[in-house]
Amino acid sequence: MKKLLSIILLLALATTLFAGCGAETAGENEIGIGINYELSGEVASYGQASVEGIELAIEEINAAGGINGKLIKAFKYDNKSDKSQATTLARKLMTQHKVVAVLGPATSGSFKATIPEAIKNKVVVASGSATDDAVTVDQSGVKEYAFRICFTDSYQGTAMANFALNNMSATKAVVLLDNASDYAKGLAANFTTTFESAGGTVVATEAFVAGDTDFNAIITKIKGQDFDVIFLAGYYNEAGLIIKQARNQGIDAPILGPDGFGSPELYDLAGAEALNNIFYTSHFSSLDKDPTVAAFVEKYKAKHGEEPNQFAALGYDLVMFIADGIKRAGSTDTVAIKDALEATTDFAGVTGSFSMDENHNPVKAVVIVGLQDGIATTSERVEQ
Amino acid sequence: MEQFFQQTINGISLGSIYALIALGYTMVYGIIKLINFAHSDVYMLGAYFGYVCMTSFKLGFLPSLLISMVLCTLIGVMIEKIAYKPLRNATRIAVLITAIGVSLFLEYVTMAIAGANVRSYPPQTGILDQSFNIGSINITMQQIIIVSITIILMVLLQFIVKKTRIGKAMRAVSLDSDAAELMGINVNTTISFTFAIGSALAGAAGIMVGIYYNSINPLMGMLPGLKAFVAAVFGGIGIIPGAMIGGYFIGIVEVLVSGYSNSMYRDGVVFAILILVLIIKPAGLLGKNTREKV
Repeated sequence: MKKLLSIILLLALATTLFAGCGAETAGENEIGIGINYELSGEVASYGQASVEGIELAIEEINAAGGINGKLIKAFKYDNKSDKSQATTLARKLMTQHKVVAVLGPATSGSFKATIPEAIKNKVVVASGSATDDAVTVDQSGVKEYAFRICFTDSYQGTAMANFALNNMSATKAVVLLDNASDYAKGLAANFTTTFESAGGTVVATEAFVAGDTDFNAIITKIKGQDFDVIFLAGYYNEAGLIIKQARNQGIDAPILGPDGFGSPELYDLAGAEALNNIFYTSHFSSLDKDPTVAAFVEKYKAKHGEEPNQFAALGYDLVMFIADGIKRAGSTDTVAIKDALEATTDFAGVTGSFSMDENHNPVKAVVIVGLQDGIATTSERVEQ
Repeated sequence: MEQFFQQTINGISLGSIYALIALGYTMVYGIIKLINFAHSDVYMLGAYFGYVCMTSFKLGFLPSLLISMVLCTLIGVMIEKIAYKPLRNATRIAVLITAIGVSLFLEYVTMAIAGANVRSYPPQTGILDQSFNIGSINITMQQIIIVSITIILMVLLQFIVKKTRIGKAMRAVSLDSDAAELMGINVNTTISFTFAIGSALAGAAGIMVGIYYNSINPLMGMLPGLKAFVAAVFGGIGIIPGAMIGGYFIGIVEVLVSGYSNSMYRDGVVFAILILVLIIKPAGLLGKNTREKV
């Protein structure tokens, strides 16, 4: 009896295993595109927003007749914010669904994990928001089939230094950084180099560690210094508390930060009163006066009932970028698509227009959002 | 000099929190020789209870403080009854490991219910939002409230321990629990009471941290808990005034290290102090060297 049961179970297992092999592929007049995003798990909010933007773009392209007469067919999967799951899904999309490109994941770590599959299968993977410097290029050179359409982490440090020097006429800066994160260390190093090479002085550099809650000691320490701006390299959790405690102690100098500030949590942690004279880099701002941006915001609002955030905007641009590549390639051959994407010049997206550089990074403007009383009131583009 | 005063004020507010948590460690150790690692999670729960009171029920600071102290008292007594009482005659290591288990249990249950995200307290208004300057030294009302509530609670605690019957019982059990039992003291009630007081203090510390720093998360108890433990050891574990002195000392040292040296050395210095105390004066600042009966 037990033997019979185990044979049945084994058969059941085998059928479910092989069932995966007969996966659906795109039809004759369709182009298959894979969506491999974090729809659940710890960074689900990034993935969900990205996919909302992606789906809006696909709908639009298909409504306008598709690419070269072929409609986009999307295969959507949830990688559960898990790196190994992301790799498995990328392989499944490439080998079973035979897609011509895979979009996502949203975070650098998961995106990096899918790149070996992309190179092996010669299918492009592209991310809208993987900002880690080493995503598309490392010591062994550029990763052929990996693209991104967002600026890199370290570039933000450079952009902020230029903003402080040129737009705020600052000459003395204090740098506060989260010493436990590579992201923050890279930002701080780039800020310092750019700021000092243009004649500015960094009068103090103070470090903290993610998870700290009491920053009064370092704030009191910098309070005695003479400076024009503070560059705060860190994520919103600590940034919110530092801003609150600094404003409480009477420091009202402008505080500049990276895209890690871009979360509603910043508002909750610091409180509206403290969020004055705060500037941070962003990939996108719905305040942007550009007509393409306004049209996108309008369409997004009509569909989802809320303003798009930067992930949604990057997701939207990502689809448009890939579609543009496929159109110029004139075929669905994955190598031809890769070559066409590499040759992208002056692509006009809602997150700014850009060209691909030799490292598969876009050369694009940084949006700098300014907060007054906790509300984004200004948005400026700083060209690279 | 002004910076020194400002840093000292920062240190005293931080030290108050450590002192409140350290009291719970030291009282429990004094009475059943157990390092109650779950104590720092009672502090975390205090912060969450306060959060619920303030956001869901829109209560003010004082009612929230009282409710969260009462709830933490219940939790503390429950932990003692469920986890430690059945192990009363077990080895000390068994109880210690149970304490770590309870600590992890509380952290991850909170994470399952409330999520792992950082949550922020609602913005404080009225008196809690004010601050004033003496010269260029800035003192916030919250700092004053934290320090004064801490001092009030400590005075109250001293009164309970020194002047009431149950306090007398606590001291008796701490001295020799067998003899105390022979004298007709209900040892179990006394131990429960000790957990109750310690947990109430931790609850108060939790909600004050919530207001002061505005940020709470399920693992917030870990590091302050360890530092409060260092404070308790520094002052002499089992000795109540020792925990207070230890708490303020650690708070001020931490802030001065961040302020005058590199903030990266802060935690290192605190734990170096722990090592030095254990080498030079293992019984702590106020501890007397007693020979352990074998």
